[in-house]
Amino acid sequence: MYHYDEYDHALVQDRVAQFRRQVERRLAGELTEDQFRPLRLMNGLYLQLHAYMLRIAIPYGTLDARQMRKLAYIARRYDKGYGHFTTRHNMQFNWPKLEETPDILAELASVEMHAIQTSGNCIRNVTSDQYAGAAEGEIEDPRIWCEIIRQWSTLHPEFSFLPRKFKIAVTGSEADRAAVKVHDIGLIMRRDGAGQAGFEVIVGGGLGRTPFIGKTIRPFLPKEDLLSYLEAILRVYNQLGRRDNKFKARIKVTVHETGAEEFTRLVEAEWLQIKDSALKLPKQEVDRIARHFEPPAFRVLSKTAPATEARIARDRDFAAWVRHNVAAHKVSGYAIANISLKPIGKPPGDATAEQMDVVADLADAFSFGEIRVTHAQNLVLPHVERDRLPELYDRLAAAGLAASNIGLISDIIACPGLDYCSLANARSIPIAERITERFADRDRLELIGEMQIKSSGCINACGHHHVGHIGILGVDRKGEEHYQVQIGGSASEDAALGRILGRGFSADEVVDVVEKIVDTYLAHRNAGETFIETYRRIGQDPFKERVYGAA
Amino acid sequence: MGEEVEDMDQVVIANRLSDGLVVFLAAAPGSLQGEWKLRLEQASVASDDARAQELLALGVAAARQEQKVIEPYLIEVERTAEGLRPTLYRERIRCQGPTVRTDLGKQAEAREV
Amino acid sequence: MALLESRTDGPALVEDRFVRLADDAALPAEGAVLVSLVRFEKERAALLARKAPLGVWLASNQTPAAISNELDRLALVALDFPVFSDGRAFSSARLLRERYGYKGELRAIGDVLCEQLPFMLRSGFDTFEMKSPKALEEFRAVVGEVRVVYQPTGDGRATAIDRRLGRR
Repeated sequence: MYHYDEYDHALVQDRVAQFRRQVERRLAGELTEDQFRPLRLMNGLYLQLHAYMLRIAIPYGTLDARQMRKLAYIARRYDKGYGHFTTRHNMQFNWPKLEETPDILAELASVEMHAIQTSGNCIRNVTSDQYAGAAEGEIEDPRIWCEIIRQWSTLHPEFSFLPRKFKIAVTGSEADRAAVKVHDIGLIMRRDGAGQAGFEVIVGGGLGRTPFIGKTIRPFLPKEDLLSYLEAILRVYNQLGRRDNKFKARIKVTVHETGAEEFTRLVEAEWLQIKDSALKLPKQEVDRIARHFEPPAFRVLSKTAPATEARIARDRDFAAWVRHNVAAHKVSGYAIANISLKPIGKPPGDATAEQMDVVADLADAFSFGEIRVTHAQNLVLPHVERDRLPELYDRLAAAGLAASNIGLISDIIACPGLDYCSLANARSIPIAERITERFADRDRLELIGEMQIKSSGCINACGHHHVGHIGILGVDRKGEEHYQVQIGGSASEDAALGRILGRGFSADEVVDVVEKIVDTYLAHRNAGETFIETYRRIGQDPFKERVYGAA
Repeated sequence: MGEEVEDMDQVVIANRLSDGLVVFLAAAPGSLQGEWKLRLEQASVASDDARAQELLALGVAAARQEQKVIEPYLIEVERTAEGLRPTLYRERIRCQGPTVRTDLGKQAEAREV
Repeated sequence: MALLESRTDGPALVEDRFVRLADDAALPAEGAVLVSLVRFEKERAALLARKAPLGVWLASNQTPAAISNELDRLALVALDFPVFSDGRAFSSARLLRERYGYKGELRAIGDVLCEQLPFMLRSGFDTFEMKSPKALEEFRAVVGEVRVVYQPTGDGRATAIDRRLGRR
């Protein structure tokens, strides 16, 4: 993974010193809250319902054991012993004191981490595929390009006061685990006719109040032109994006209102002017960054994994864990191990300091010290020897980290909702907790199979409800929490937006509704069909009838 | 509907600047000095709108002059057997703590007292 | 209101020699004036015929393409920030300097937030209308606070990549 050089270190340290001065001025009363708010937001410090919240970037979802231990330390020393992994490769601490945040940022800087641009109308933390560098069929490790984007976007002088926040996602393989089509810019690595690697550029996707699937504005962009092309898109957006209405300020609306064709023309015209500027990436610099992402020293291993196979044969729970939480690795004898942060009846994405330490230790012991964070709020050990999976599983189980439900109905994405967030209209976590309790039975989980439920506590859609197979949106209806349910969304390479089923439900009803939707699927599915496939075949009506009764 | 709406009981709520925790204003009627308290029970309750506006003005002025709290505003509360209770669920959560972590926030501190 | 100029030897408070004219105000016989784009387009000949320096200010929704052919006749271009969060002028500034080759004074006016000064300098601004009475102190406090830049812009500062490659 990438390690800072002296310049990266200097920037982050200077930024900490700068924020320390700003906090001192605020605490001394020299800055008012109106003056201070934009400054603290530039460092990811929010004021939430109960306290401040600090959002820390985990750039493109990669961190090492040392960094994870630092997060655990911060959770214990400065917070209440836990942290929350979000849907955007961030960690949120819910109880930091303002006066201690400069110290927290200094702790982070010491392990090459920061909270820069985790808030505000700027280019946010770039996100990627959690299996990058480990997955089969990857054109290149997308994190090389993520790191290049991270540096280019950090304190960008022109693009720090955009019409609205701006999110970029990059994937290096066909299988889209980074939801690139619902980002402001999505980049998919492709090869051109001559076998050269580059990017398909997708613009204008997004969730929130008006969800859109992004449009491809360039099928192939040579790699060395990445930054000039991004700068062209951002410049067109900065000038053209609406600033009169916050809800129409995202680039998805700009693309929609301008028309994808005209928008493309403007970007291409701008790009022609800057294509051969200093933004063209020097090969030495790309090579320098790429060297940081060279594969670890994999051992030559046998294809067979006798210990793992034997345990699968005799231990049903272990077999389920391997089936759902373990993915194929590009190197023979290795596996990718997912660590579910979705235990039954607990807040999705939360981890205690002790669990973070355990994960750090396991990363050291099993995965070359590497850890990944997923947009589905889980963790990954990317490089585990397949025959050591039983040992890993036992140690995870001892720490309460062996939930075997990746991709299943209890692997729910949920935003913090009204339990923490000052923007929320309704709670999101309790709904997720109760759904996991309802579907706790292992046989039933298996029977239902692949299913993504996504729950947001307000229209901003941090819980990605639009692209859930079942999406749940909390609203306030006459002073009561109320939930709209939609079905048929997908965040994968077949990205689609769900459709609202009909009138909404009370908090008490919503879990029953989910159950009815699931039952309808089970009643209608053909052999081997997933929920989303059945939905696409039979449409919404059977689900509606089951939920609301015949019309 | 159409009936005379009675004045609701109200208190002034804010976040403390130093640590962001939720605080409530306590001030004697006519006083120009207020104190920010961590527990809802310690808040001054305005039972009519004039007193509520007086409290809010005091809170806003204190926030501006002392720069110790952020964004004071009024919330409605009702008196129950268990004590004061905000009428809106959002404010109830704000005054108690996360409903999914009852070991944290004011709800936990109240148990310790 | 203070006018701050960034010079090679540091910031300085300077006299504003331009009078900002309202669109309906009479054109004075002498002296440097700063006019809106609307007025410039309407009274171009009369304004250029004067023997005094001329400046044009652009609202944040007006692009510098509108004056790109007039730049050698202008002594000042001012770009307005109606609120600090409206960042369109950052793009306009870079276009003026880097695309259209504008060499004259480039001024930030309106809601200029002190923390934005480093970004403004990098985008090509060289004078700043500041409300704060402590503008000079503030400028010194924030400019240069972060020693590393990643993006190549028209100000020519060596980027991290330049320094890594030993280019500068």
